[in-house]
Amino acid sequence: MINIIGAGLAGLSAAISCAKSGRRCRLISKQPSERAQSVLAEGGINAALDTMGENDTVKEHFEDTMRGGVYLADPNAVAALTENAPDIINWLLGLGAGFNIKDDKALLRNFGGQKKKRTAFAKSSTGKIIMTALIDEARKYEVSGLIQRFSHHELKDIVVDGDTCLGVVIEDSYTGGKIKCSGDVILACGGLNGFFEGRTTGTTQNDGSAAALAFSKGVEFANLEFIQFHPTTIGISGKRCLISEAARGEGGRLFASLNGEKRYFMEEKYPELGNLMPRDVVSRESYEISRRADCNGVFLDMTGLSQSVWQGKLSDLRSECIYYLGLDPAKESIPVEPGIHYFMGGINVDINHRTNIKGLYAAGECAAQYHGANRLGGNSMLGALYGGRTAAENAEDREIEFDMPQSFENVTLSPDIEEEFEKILYEGLGIARDEKSLENALEKLDKLNKNARTQLGRAMLVSALDRRESRGAHYRSDYSEKDENFRKTSISRLKNGSLETEYRDIPERSGNESQI
Amino acid sequence: MKVRFDILRRKNAASKPYMQSFEYEYENGGMTVAAVLNELNRREPLKDINGEDADLIRWECSCMQKKCGACAMLINGRPRLACDAKLSEYGDAIRLEPFRKFPVVADLICDRTVIFENLKFIGAWFEKNAEIGENRAALAHESSRCLQCGCCLEVCPNFSADTKFKGMAAAVPLSRLLAQVSEDEKKRIFKAYSKYFYSGCGKSLACRNICPAGIDAEMLMVNSNAAAIWKRKRKK
Ligand SMILES: Cc1cc2nc3c(=O)[nH]c(=O)nc-3n(C[C@H](O)[C@H](O)[C@H](O)COP(=O)(O)OP(=O)(O)OC[C@H]3O[C@@H](n4cnc5c(N)ncnc54)[C@H](O)[C@@H]3O)c2cc1C
Ligand code: SF4
Ligand code: SF4
Ligand code: FES
Repeated sequence: MINIIGAGLAGLSAAISCAKSGRRCRLISKQPSERAQSVLAEGGINAALDTMGENDTVKEHFEDTMRGGVYLADPNAVAALTENAPDIINWLLGLGAGFNIKDDKALLRNFGGQKKKRTAFAKSSTGKIIMTALIDEARKYEVSGLIQRFSHHELKDIVVDGDTCLGVVIEDSYTGGKIKCSGDVILACGGLNGFFEGRTTGTTQNDGSAAALAFSKGVEFANLEFIQFHPTTIGISGKRCLISEAARGEGGRLFASLNGEKRYFMEEKYPELGNLMPRDVVSRESYEISRRADCNGVFLDMTGLSQSVWQGKLSDLRSECIYYLGLDPAKESIPVEPGIHYFMGGINVDINHRTNIKGLYAAGECAAQYHGANRLGGNSMLGALYGGRTAAENAEDREIEFDMPQSFENVTLSPDIEEEFEKILYEGLGIARDEKSLENALEKLDKLNKNARTQLGRAMLVSALDRRESRGAHYRSDYSEKDENFRKTSISRLKNGSLETEYRDIPERSGNESQI
Repeated sequence: MKVRFDILRRKNAASKPYMQSFEYEYENGGMTVAAVLNELNRREPLKDINGEDADLIRWECSCMQKKCGACAMLINGRPRLACDAKLSEYGDAIRLEPFRKFPVVADLICDRTVIFENLKFIGAWFEKNAEIGENRAALAHESSRCLQCGCCLEVCPNFSADTKFKGMAAAVPLSRLLAQVSEDEKKRIFKAYSKYFYSGCGKSLACRNICPAGIDAEMLMVNSNAAAIWKRKRKK
């Protein structure tokens, strides 16, 4: 059996792929798929479908993704991703995912960091619509027995012997019962939101404990310093709520109010891409301008959007603003701030989504793949779908035996320590970082008790401290330029309880079989 | 402002339920019941209104923005999402209870597995490729929005965990299939809709204003009935 931890886009894609090839899998998640973070994805998913008459090509999708990630991504993996993207969207259309279409073809919209229309969408609920189609598809195999679901089950242990993964132990959160699941394991457990609770646009379910557990087992992590801030979020009760990039893709404009005067700062500084510059640039510009003494806030102006755009493409977004802010964005500008949105870093995997532990794979947001130093909007759903499938294609249906472990690693902290821990991380890992604040944060962190969770947090801070350059989402105010010596993957792992870090070269582009 | 939360508590399925009250002070009426539950659980130690130690409150949440259906519960007797319930909508006391139509696991958590089992039972999937088109995609979009939260089932007079009738939480996903099903397999989906929903729905529309996703169920049913019951040709 293949054991998949997580039932969002990556987990579902992996499970369906296993089932299609007749291999059985367990699909294990804390809560049912309907509750996974993937249902929140709004703006869309990228593929060079070229349905808008712009002569878009896979090559350009590849290049934009590499440039967006500031050349830290594995070019071979990105080539495979972008080449497979059109087929993935067509597969989803065949499953009846309710994309916005015309003449049976997916319509595409503009998205940040890309000059051509390449983002397929379903109004502003693209993730939900894809998830629904995949959940229905997986159900077919649940009934035939190829997919065995364990919803309301949490990962309790990853059983590793030497350098090989034997399986996992999961715990039923309703009954407390533990189940031994032997065989290859695919981690598809989402991003590290729980390390920044209340400061991210994601779900509370992804609390980071699965990642901490993996870290405690010697699994290597990569590029942990790269955290994407989305430039347009609004503060709501208990979290940051995303205002999708689609708002800008459809013509929304950012301005800062400087002594009451509107300054469209993105358009002034970047005439070509303007409001659709990559997210790190927009977030940083927005952060910088908001710190000026004469600034009374940054706003998103969507008042120029047409009635048909509101109705056909952004209806959900509009009702959200009205509900949470009491402001109708069709009539007034809304106040926005950057918020944590995506973790480019995560479990280190190769092009086949293998980790450094045999039989253990990772895909989706929990893995560091495809996005390098910064993810383009619309590429993460694609990465989760393609990554899940790739991991499943490489995983083996092995039968292994192991004994139920006698004790389990504690990867949680008590509520007050957790709060302190998260505060420290945020102090060090904000939009603009520098040596002093990172060192301060490390010093404070070292006073907390050590477990795999605090050690993984430590790895994030150390990665950010060691990277003495600015690249993509990692901005160092004391090293504000890119430095080619750092065009490397940062690696972190725990060995005998202590943190080890190193830099590795980015794989060369091989490009034999590929078109691009 | 001060508000009292009366929470129906239970350690586990077998133990006896009891009411326990907590006090909460807030300034911003836009704060939701979900955020308060998180805040209470961060208190260390958590004390009830009488100053007695209390166990952490068990409940489920995920998105905190009305998009995942995890946090559905009875709030002053009405099925709602806790992250959709703003304090400003309520007076100085708010009663929280788990749903009654599903087995309780602990405190505010109930086991809604039957919702998903029902969809398996009635065969809610495509065997063949979907037939797409602009109108069909628009219907598919609307029905795809279902959170599988169970609020509609909680109020439906005709639904219970063991009835043949599977309720709106099954009819909405089926309407996605009905909108796009190919000729080859339409009989199977038509039959599922007719047998497990249409024939058992009293059309009282008790479920009408309860859906937290605001799904236009009437519109979906009109279209589903036209396809599955009256066998009208669908617009592409
Ligand atoms: C508001 C928002 C909007 C977005 N918009 C877009 C967009 O327009 N385009 C785009 O490409 N991307 C977008 N993204 C990003 C994208 O949605 C995610 O990166 C992607 O969906 C991640 O999928 P996943 O399968 O890796 O993880 P998730 O969907 O997060 O799923 C994680 C799964 O792991 C399970 N899990 C977690 N921990 C455990 C544990 N300890 N034990 C057991 N199970 C566990 C969870 O239950 C869940 O099933 C957006 C994200 C957000 C938050
Ligand atoms: S109309 Fe009445 S019987 Fe039919 S699903 Fe709604 S509440 Fe139930
Ligand atoms: S139809 Fe509405 S109330 Fe019923 S399960 Fe779906 S989202 Fe919930
Ligand atoms: S937590 Fe997702 S709907 Fe309330």
